[in-house]
Amino acid sequence: MTLDSKVPAGPLQNKWDSYLESVKLVSPANKRKMDVIVVGTGLAGASAAASLGELGYNVKAFCIQDSPRRAHSIAAQGGINAAKNYPNDGDSVWRLFYDTIKGGDFRAREANVYRLAQVSNAIIDQCVAQGVPFAREYGGELANRSFGGAQVSRTFYARGQTGQQLLLGAYQALLRQVDAGKVEMFTRREMLDLVVVDGKARGIIVRNLVDGSIEKYAANAVILATGGYGRAYYLSTNAFNSNATAAWRCYKRGAYFANPSYVQIHPTCIPQAGDYQSKLTLMSESLRNDGRVWVPKKKEDVKKPAHQIPNEDRDYYLETRYPSFGNLVPRDVASRNAKSVCDEGRGVGAGRAVYLDFSDAIARQGQKAIEDKYGNLFHMYAKITAENPYETPMGIYPAIHYTMGGLWVDYELQSTVAGLFVAGEANFSDHGANRLGASALMQGLADGYFVLPFTVGNYLAREKASGVTVEHPAFKEAEADVKRQINGFIERGTKGDTTVNEYYRRLGEVLWDKVGMSRTEEGLKQALGQIAEIKQGFETNLLLTGTSESFNKMLELAGRVADFIELGELMTRDALHRNESCGGHFREEFQTADGEALRDDENFAYAGAWQFKGPGEEPALHKEALVFENVELSQRSYK
Amino acid sequence: MSDDMKLNLRVWRQAGPEAAGAFVDYKAVPGISEHMSFLEMLDVLNEMLIHRGEVAIEFDGDCREGICGQCSLTVNGQAHGGERGTTVCQLHMRSFREGDTIVVEPFRAKAFPVIKDLVVDRGALDRIIAAGGYVSVNTGPKPDANGMRINKDISDRAFDAAACIGCGACVAACPNASASLFTGAKITQLSLLPQGDAERNRRVARMVDQMDIEGFGNCSNLGECEAACPKEISLDNIAVMKREYLRAIFSKF
Repeated sequence: MTLDSKVPAGPLQNKWDSYLESVKLVSPANKRKMDVIVVGTGLAGASAAASLGELGYNVKAFCIQDSPRRAHSIAAQGGINAAKNYPNDGDSVWRLFYDTIKGGDFRAREANVYRLAQVSNAIIDQCVAQGVPFAREYGGELANRSFGGAQVSRTFYARGQTGQQLLLGAYQALLRQVDAGKVEMFTRREMLDLVVVDGKARGIIVRNLVDGSIEKYAANAVILATGGYGRAYYLSTNAFNSNATAAWRCYKRGAYFANPSYVQIHPTCIPQAGDYQSKLTLMSESLRNDGRVWVPKKKEDVKKPAHQIPNEDRDYYLETRYPSFGNLVPRDVASRNAKSVCDEGRGVGAGRAVYLDFSDAIARQGQKAIEDKYGNLFHMYAKITAENPYETPMGIYPAIHYTMGGLWVDYELQSTVAGLFVAGEANFSDHGANRLGASALMQGLADGYFVLPFTVGNYLAREKASGVTVEHPAFKEAEADVKRQINGFIERGTKGDTTVNEYYRRLGEVLWDKVGMSRTEEGLKQALGQIAEIKQGFETNLLLTGTSESFNKMLELAGRVADFIELGELMTRDALHRNESCGGHFREEFQTADGEALRDDENFAYAGAWQFKGPGEEPALHKEALVFENVELSQRSYK
Repeated sequence: MSDDMKLNLRVWRQAGPEAAGAFVDYKAVPGISEHMSFLEMLDVLNEMLIHRGEVAIEFDGDCREGICGQCSLTVNGQAHGGERGTTVCQLHMRSFREGDTIVVEPFRAKAFPVIKDLVVDRGALDRIIAAGGYVSVNTGPKPDANGMRINKDISDRAFDAAACIGCGACVAACPNASASLFTGAKITQLSLLPQGDAERNRRVARMVDQMDIEGFGNCSNLGECEAACPKEISLDNIAVMKREYLRAIFSKF
């Protein structure tokens, strides 16, 4: 199968408009006959489900949590980008597009990124109309702040809880459709398989997490909005239950998985405190607007309290190395620099931390101003560390935060399985090899509110309303596969002596060490062997208790870890094949003289999409060439 | 300061919605460090139970940074434990003493039936929102966001109400199991903002009715909800809700 991106012809600026003018429409009478399944209720899923319900489709929405409001989008802190140019500082759709494609290290599809920038303004208008309480100035207009990788202030925010407020907006729109009878909401359901009939996505198999029963649902199209796979690393800023299972099962049913090695490591997280730790906590990138990053110049100072180190003995390394962007360099650059100063032995705390210092900002603006902007983040930091960041600098360190890779989609956000659409972090489309801050919220809502309602309609216009039902043999087969796997865990679980979490932690350590912030050919090859060992152990020596016919979170986790192990292998394979450095993918063999990522545009300017070829078989790589007609590929520089 | 606090845990175990529950004691649980969060402490206990061949204790929790609202434990009789403005996932073991006995129960309320052990069903809160906790606008072209200026103080007050994480601690803490703080917060947010004005009467009437349908109790102004709220949502929101409700029933809509 060749990868057809289906990017419309014509100038970049006109592609989306000409697409909209040419899409096929579905009449109101026919919309009523069409069922659409939406899996996941974060920003992308909730906005898609609400918008499709408003249009008149019959939507069934599924989430693994007890309420759609719990999706991990809720934890996004800093903000959402848009090209409004309210501060009059020279922003435009073009500039947002350019910053995003450059920030992604020229590994994203031009047309998708441009469309994202185009619809960004409508997102802000939509959210304000919903009553999302964005931060405002005294004059009553919306406030903006700046974020990494940009020299304009285009980020809209709601204190440090932007994701929460945007998600609640989408969640309320979703529940309005539940009330209207256009969306049926299924909570505590986990999608465990995709049902494909004659090459088209026709439904899903889910496990009811409350009583363990297996349920089947049919539809005319399936939208997957199930987030990223950062939890493959065990420790990450992602929520505890975030997982890749739905996406991975789609991969096994024929959806290609693109660029799995592109993961984002966020520079400002609270450092790990102990082995028992289950997740890491992010401190929003917005803090880098006012906080200054530093470590001691001299190794012998690392154990001294920060206030005893005079200014001349502090190395504000981001400001020195990147004078134009300073503390606001993109995330991949900030993370690698933190690692390198810690590798030199200049890390503070337990050795794996750098300071993020607000004393200058507090002196300049007063504590009240800082409290207004970041109060909840400072509060959270104090809770976790028992230190007061108003008085002592925060200790921070990079952690896995976001995954740019995901299921391959074309311009319509349709995967390689017809009728399976993928939105938000679950797809690979807009961020290339590195995502800029405040762009995830923008992409999730762009996909859900302003892209899928048209592209799904364009697909359904060609479909017959009378689709298949759950009586089709394909549903029975998929159901049997799911039951076989679950029963396998339960049976094996009584015989082994190593828990799901013990295997999971081992996998996380291998991925963080070898497929994390910097990678080498040797390390990646070792990782493949280590992951195979973990897989072998997991399949033969698992210790699991409880039954399949009841609420059983460890059983849920077993299925997710089984998928993370396989996905971890694909991530490693992808990182190994990509003999260049770009964005979040840093191969030590490929760097410039001053340690920056060295791309190889001649050989690697493509999206690498992997096709599942069967259990135990090597996956096949397909390449979608990235054609840059509007921007010139350059060595990314933030100096 | 200890990495082995030798805590005694008395945990509510209940096999399913219809099963009878009971407290089970876990004495001197090994390996509890004061730096752990409460949920991490339960993770450690669960690993121990699984190694003994026992079934793990079920509890909810997701973001583990106090924003998703999923964690829902009553610790020593208090929803989310005794620390003010804190979800139980952000409650650290350093706030307990070595050798303490800690009682862990689910959020208790008629409208929150137990699913298993410490996990409850809070779907009733979603149904309250579905009854009107939104501004009825469809996705589509809207006026420019700065076309409507909103006074910063009003916007900030709306935000304070909107900060509710929907955990239900207010219900668990209330002797009447009332959802008034939860509902009042959403009503306050939307009635303060000009966007929500057009349907404010219909909204409050429907949401308040839904509270009753779900089996939540009435508010007697005791203030336990505010004290337990991890986001410190103010009791004033309930006063706003009552005022809005009176306004609604005495006006046509």
